[in-house]
Amino acid sequence: MDRFLSLVGRDLHLAQRHGFDSLLVVVFFIIAVVLFPFGVGPEPNILARIAAGVIWVAALLASMLSLERLFQTDYEDGSLELLLLAPLPLELVVLAKVAAHWLTTGLPLIVAAPLLAVLLNMNGAGFAVLVAALALGTPTLSLVGAVGAGLVLGSRRGGVLLSLLVLPLFIPVLVFGVGAVDGAIGGFAFRSPLLILGGMLLAALALCPWASGAALRQALG
Amino acid sequence: MHRFANPTRFMRLSAALLPWTAGAALALIAAGLYLGLFGSPADYQQGESVRIMYVHVPSAWMAMFCYTFMAGASAVGLIWKHPLADLAAKATAPVGACFTLLALITGSLWGKPMWGTWWEWDARMTSVLVLFFLYLGYIALINAFDDPTRGLKAAAILALVGFANVPIIKFSVDWWNTLHQPASVFKAGGPSIDPSMLAPLLLMGVGFTVYFLWVLMLRLRTEIVAAKVRALRLRQVRSGAPATPSGATPLGAKG
Repeated sequence: MDRFLSLVGRDLHLAQRHGFDSLLVVVFFIIAVVLFPFGVGPEPNILARIAAGVIWVAALLASMLSLERLFQTDYEDGSLELLLLAPLPLELVVLAKVAAHWLTTGLPLIVAAPLLAVLLNMNGAGFAVLVAALALGTPTLSLVGAVGAGLVLGSRRGGVLLSLLVLPLFIPVLVFGVGAVDGAIGGFAFRSPLLILGGMLLAALALCPWASGAALRQALG
Repeated sequence: MHRFANPTRFMRLSAALLPWTAGAALALIAAGLYLGLFGSPADYQQGESVRIMYVHVPSAWMAMFCYTFMAGASAVGLIWKHPLADLAAKATAPVGACFTLLALITGSLWGKPMWGTWWEWDARMTSVLVLFFLYLGYIALINAFDDPTRGLKAAAILALVGFANVPIIKFSVDWWNTLHQPASVFKAGGPSIDPSMLAPLLLMGVGFTVYFLWVLMLRLRTEIVAAKVRALRLRQVRSGAPATPSGATPLGAKG
């Protein structure tokens, strides 16, 4: 556990020393959402109708954008090979890196989301559910994305390829994430989509570190 | 299973089987098409356009079957390091992608007169579209590495992850929206299709499967030959001999 926490701490430390480059992801998130009123017109009713979907899609793209860096720098400077030799199982190494990655990119998205919901004129009933759904959904995105990030290590054109691999796998999170928020706004039951999001998070927590570890092993082997 | 791990044995076996599968596939598909186009009645509701189904439904079956086969072969390749399984998975992907595309296009052609629209964001269509993207991602990942064996291993992991995700995607889009009719051939209580329509459908289904076996063997043979050529070229480069006249020296490839 100490080793796990120290790895999380190392990654957070690195992120901080880089001046929180990862916060640029939030800036991307905000700009991407702000583009929509220009695209579909500033009519408040239309914006309110599509707010949940737009925020979720932008969150999906933003978290995908930051995935490429998850293992890339460690792979290039060789520290990933040392982590492979470390006494900590590789699956836990993956989990630690995903945790640090989510803290630096996923969490800021959740903080920024209510602000964007205000900008898009979203119904007030959806705010709490939006935050809850993002809190359950974005870790799943990071976990699934870690598999893709491991697979594309050392390939040509890693970033574009990563989006092709990962975005189809993100669809269930998007469906239930938007479903929960729209349910809350429409006055329907939003509990079951949230529970399904939680279930997907647990499944991803159990399976993805394993698959990502296998991907890293074959990338380094 | 490991009896067939020997490429030489596979080459011998497949050389003997190739003409038979080719003939059987062509005969079955020809018979299925004849029955489907001329030997079966038009549907009382759908009219003549029901005949699209004789291509559409078997393609959709094959789209799922190829992905399952690809994931199974990838698992065998990862677990037992079976050399042919990896190549079989690689050889399946483009065929499966083509069947998926065929199912989408024929479905769209059928949808225009029946539903009045080329495309509907219906659960079944959306999940087949996602399946198509999964195939594309798999093919792109295989070809993204300078070292071909590296691509095979990475893609094998992706195929398994995608396979675990396919049911989840399927159920999520089922919840999300649905218009496509439920299954009418494989269901409890037997098929609800008239025998005159079921016969061409099943003939086409079996024909497509045999066709897949034929193309799979053909592609596998090509892969094995390509691997031999690569190995020979590498040996040539290592021994310091001048590069092949085509100039395609595999400098980027690692041993």
